[in-house]
Amino acid sequence: MAQVELRNLVKNYGVVNAVKHANIVFQDGAFTTLLGPSGCGKTTILRMIAGLETPSAGDICINGQRINDVPIHKRNLGLVFQNYALFPHKTIGENIAFGLKYRGVSKSDAVAKVKNALDIVRLPGIENRYPAQLSGGQQQRIALARAIVIEPDVLLLDEPLSALDANLREEMRIELKAIQHRIGVTSVFVTHDQSEALAMSDKIIVMSAGNVEQIGTPDEVYNRPTSEFVARFLGASNVVGSRVEKRDEISVHVTTQDLGSLLLPAANCTGLGAQATQAKIIVRSEKVILNPDPAKGVPAVIKAVDYQGQLARYFITVGSTDLQAMALIAQAPLQVGTQVGVCIDPADCIALSQ
Amino acid sequence: MRVWYLLKFYTILVYGFMFAPILVVLLLAFNDAQFGGFPIQGVSLRWFYKLAENDAILRALKTSLVLGLCSMVIATTLGILAALALVRYSFKGKDIVTTFLISPILVPETVLAVGLLIFMRWLHMPRSFGLLVLGHSIIALPFVVLVVQARLTGIRTDYEEAARSLGAGPVQTFFSITFPLMLPAVFAGALFAFTLSFDNITATIFWRPSGMETVPTQIFGMLRNSVSPEINALGFVMICFTLGVPILAAGLARYFSKHKI
Ligand SMILES: Nc1ncnc2c1ncn2[C@@H]1O[C@H](COP(=O)(O)OP(=O)(O)OP(=O)(O)O)[C@@H](O)[C@H]1O
Ligand SMILES: [Mg+2]
Repeated sequence: MAQVELRNLVKNYGVVNAVKHANIVFQDGAFTTLLGPSGCGKTTILRMIAGLETPSAGDICINGQRINDVPIHKRNLGLVFQNYALFPHKTIGENIAFGLKYRGVSKSDAVAKVKNALDIVRLPGIENRYPAQLSGGQQQRIALARAIVIEPDVLLLDEPLSALDANLREEMRIELKAIQHRIGVTSVFVTHDQSEALAMSDKIIVMSAGNVEQIGTPDEVYNRPTSEFVARFLGASNVVGSRVEKRDEISVHVTTQDLGSLLLPAANCTGLGAQATQAKIIVRSEKVILNPDPAKGVPAVIKAVDYQGQLARYFITVGSTDLQAMALIAQAPLQVGTQVGVCIDPADCIALSQ
Repeated sequence: MRVWYLLKFYTILVYGFMFAPILVVLLLAFNDAQFGGFPIQGVSLRWFYKLAENDAILRALKTSLVLGLCSMVIATTLGILAALALVRYSFKGKDIVTTFLISPILVPETVLAVGLLIFMRWLHMPRSFGLLVLGHSIIALPFVVLVVQARLTGIRTDYEEAARSLGAGPVQTFFSITFPLMLPAVFAGALFAFTLSFDNITATIFWRPSGMETVPTQIFGMLRNSVSPEINALGFVMICFTLGVPILAAGLARYFSKHKI
């Protein structure tokens, strides 16, 4: 097993800076996700680790060894592609055994290893079929089996679930995570789906436009975003402008235009510069509580409702501020036009510099 | 409705015009008469026997076959390599190289023939079988490049990247992944190359050493004297050959694909 480290990694395609000075450590045995919107450079990082792209600057190290100049086929990495990339002219057995040939594994050992790999992905006994005879989900499992059978130092997965339909995707992500956990291989997973990232990762690296925005556990990046981008990208967040009135070691006092004044715990204000006079207050939509009695809380009116069964998303206006609120509901959702009272617990708010 | 009948009639006419000459040759090959023509007077294989005894024709046939095979091997090998370079790598002057490789199709064959001849004269090289092979390879190369290039563009690089990541070196990747995947195109390209060489007459007349005949030049030579029914029989053989080989190949390809993928 192995730890992967990127030091000041840069990739330029002509004038496009696909990756700008990435410094990332992928912990040994951990499942790390590169998360970000389309075009932010996730695939580029993965391909540089794999050796399919040459970095413009910076180093890639595995277990402290610089591997920039090691050719792909000597890196011992498992690669899983979005489109599976199973060799169409080879049987499933031949596909999985492909990497074993180059590792001096004997024929009989290879047969046993292939069988074992097929057991791991729960598709036993299909050695003699061809990829075209399998469903998308099955093909993806085979692709995974082919990558793990060589016992790679690192498993690299580029949006491996995005070609599957929604139900299968959720099933596969649980299974993929379970397999990774069982064999304990260091994994780098690329996705632009935040729920996938939150569900599967030990650590999430949020990226935007070639930059690393935040590195942390799913809980950290979700509940303690360090930038507005991260807050907005991971689930619906409200961002409200405010003025800093007073701050000391334990709390920060801010006033907002329509939500009154809030006393935030200092722990929620680590992203706020010491001299800042203005602050962006970030609050998740599920933390915005709507009270049917407008007297209890700041009076607001519901402008639109997005009903999703067990929960509903409300678009509300407080004075001149638009907010989103998400609530679990048992009965019918509140109607458009209803007057409500908005309650926000300052402990659920994060303050960031403007 | 009338329009449809007209269209049908017209289509039949076009195809008739295209295929009638071939049909005539095929039928007359079995005509017993000394001077070929309709109506057919008795069916016999006599001209085929005569053909089999004609040493000049047998020699020409052998020359054509060897020539075709040599040109096929050379054009296919070079064509595959060129297509790989053009599709999988980026380098300076790619467009120019592409145009250059395709140019034998664009240049009139006579011009190409004379050009190569002058070039060989300048090098003080006599006309030879080698020159024929070289020339035919040049004529066939663009077709191989175009066919293989088209196929290779359709093969996603994922496959090769997956193979590389699993431990296969560049050469191993080519032979275990890329080549098998582009085999149908290689097959088609090779057939093109062979047929082009086998059928070629214009350039061959310029390039062949004196005394050497290929099947087309042999037929051409025989026609100058008289229209012998033997030529019909030879025509029959050639048609069977140039049609039969691709049909057989397509059949084989279908058989393999049915039993593999
Ligand atoms: N071969 C290339 N040549 C030029 N530019 C490229 C190339 N590959 C990627 N880029 C650019 O680099 C940037 C990052 O691309 P990358 O494929 O890493 O994005 P991504 O985060 O994987 O996006 P997605 O979620 O859409 O897959 C993009 O702006 C893209 O246009
Ligand atoms: Mg990508």
